Amino acid sequence: MAPGAATPASPRPARQRNRTLWFWIFVGPFAAGLILFTYVPLAWSVYLSFFDAHNTVSPTDFVGLDNYTAMLGDPSFRAALLTFAVFTAFIVPATYALSLGLALAVNRLRFAQAFFRSVFFLPTACSYVVAALVWKLSIFNGVRFGLANTVLGWFGADQIAWLSTTDPPWYWLVIVTVRLWLQAGFYMVLFLAGLQRVPPQLYEAAAVDGARPGWQTFRYITFPALRATSVAVVLLLVIGAFQAFDEFYNLLSDARGYPPYARPPLVYLYYTALGQGQNLGLGSAGAVILALIIAVVTVAQARWFGLGGKDEKAV
Amino acid sequence: MNDALVRAGRALRLVLLIALAALFLIPFYLLVRNGLASEEEITAPGWTFFPGELRWSNLRELFADPNVPMAHALLNSTLIAVATTVGTLLLASLAGYGLARIPYRHANAVFYAILGTLMVPAAVTFVPTFVLVSSLGWVSTLRGLIIPTLFSAFACFVFRQYFLGFPRELEDAAQVDGLGYWRTYWRVVVPNSRPVFAAVGTIVFIGAWNAFLWPLVIGQDRDAWTVQVALSTFTTAQVVNIHELFIAAAVSIVPLLLVFLVLQRYIVAGVERSGIDD
Repeated sequence: MAPGAATPASPRPARQRNRTLWFWIFVGPFAAGLILFTYVPLAWSVYLSFFDAHNTVSPTDFVGLDNYTAMLGDPSFRAALLTFAVFTAFIVPATYALSLGLALAVNRLRFAQAFFRSVFFLPTACSYVVAALVWKLSIFNGVRFGLANTVLGWFGADQIAWLSTTDPPWYWLVIVTVRLWLQAGFYMVLFLAGLQRVPPQLYEAAAVDGARPGWQTFRYITFPALRATSVAVVLLLVIGAFQAFDEFYNLLSDARGYPPYARPPLVYLYYTALGQGQNLGLGSAGAVILALIIAVVTVAQARWFGLGGKDEKAV
Repeated sequence: MNDALVRAGRALRLVLLIALAALFLIPFYLLVRNGLASEEEITAPGWTFFPGELRWSNLRELFADPNVPMAHALLNSTLIAVATTVGTLLLASLAGYGLARIPYRHANAVFYAILGTLMVPAAVTFVPTFVLVSSLGWVSTLRGLIIPTLFSAFACFVFRQYFLGFPRELEDAAQVDGLGYWRTYWRVVVPNSRPVFAAVGTIVFIGAWNAFLWPLVIGQDRDAWTVQVALSTFTTAQVVNIHELFIAAAVSIVPLLLVFLVLQRYIVAGVERSGIDD
């Protein structure tokens, strides 16, 4: 991440111009695409958010901040933000703990390490659509069949309508476990990479000082040494949670539509902007609000963890 | 005594790992089990580990079903995933190399402008990007499904970090031989960087194959459906042929499992080198 990628430029202007040309030949196509498909849409979205834009991308009715006040005053949008917050509160600690635990367990295996690593990493190759299908129609199916209810039956417990009851909200268990299964392996690999870089001398020194292997070593050596990895993992997990769409959409919607509860922001925006009404102005206002929230949360988190300072290492 | 404790701890950990590994594999097993069972058996009250009979005919039924554009969706997904992978590798590796190795006064500003887009999760831009793509008339076209996804700041970042660590001696030798940036890149740098291309390529391929939101938004016509969108329309519709749905889902992960098993070690190495964990 050291910024000094470029070596000092040659003093000869002609050669320097030549280098500038080559720089843009290499970087130009990528940069142009990023401008066209990220920066331009963002600007356009800001523009659209000030207009009444139903079914059109070139609206004429300027409405000022009406879309923003409508969006912020909309109980459904606020509920969507709350859904995201609750989801994050469940999924981030759960994934963090499971992936770190898996990494610690796999890291010190003397044999079959590659086997276990592959097994835990394998779900990364599965899509949310496929996983949601297995969760919805095979594991957490309704009362008639399904693995979870069969297992509960062995213990004499009552069957549960996992996805169709909101009180108690069993659907949270379904939504959280599917993502946990899909992403824990990826973060386990990040932690494994981090563990490999802990200097062995630290453990030797700790042993000399009388630290017992196990909890003490973890508490005073391993965990602090993984700090940079932990910061990156938490940042990635939170940003990933903001993007939650696939599992909500695939687990909860059916032929009757999408239930009003448990809509994270993206699902809500999807239905606002591209659903029946195609209200692109309102949807854009929501996207801008969401982008601002994400930027604030990310920056606050980075500050909190001391990123962006001199010891910046993670992205 | 202490030794016995340590050994008991190790045994416990192994048992725990085996149990967890079994839990992690169950969903894959269910996919195959249900894909090869009959509809009655999947929906029967109570659940059995083995289906009564393995019905390989489900596979034939799936591809013969006129209501399910499975073959077409597989073709779309393949075209999209291959094109996205090739395009991303080309664009992002060139940009990464330029940023890492070609001296330019504003290189860092350009780099941060690229990196900044990582802060905005791609999914947040789907409304505005849809607006742009629809005004270009690209809705329900392969162009619309592929081109907007080609510019991965993450891939560019990984390549830049990798090329910063690439041994300069090799390039210096090439420069002495009179090769310019372009030929040095293709003849010296790329051939010596296969693992990072394999790692990024695998991650991009998996992402493109599994992408859902963008294909759902853009692939509005049936002809433009990807495998994921086709599967999803199954689950959100009144499901009739549930065994077909499961065999379709099982078929949809086969290409990825193959890519994955062959290239897995590169993914792990790629993640370790990308710098995101450091």
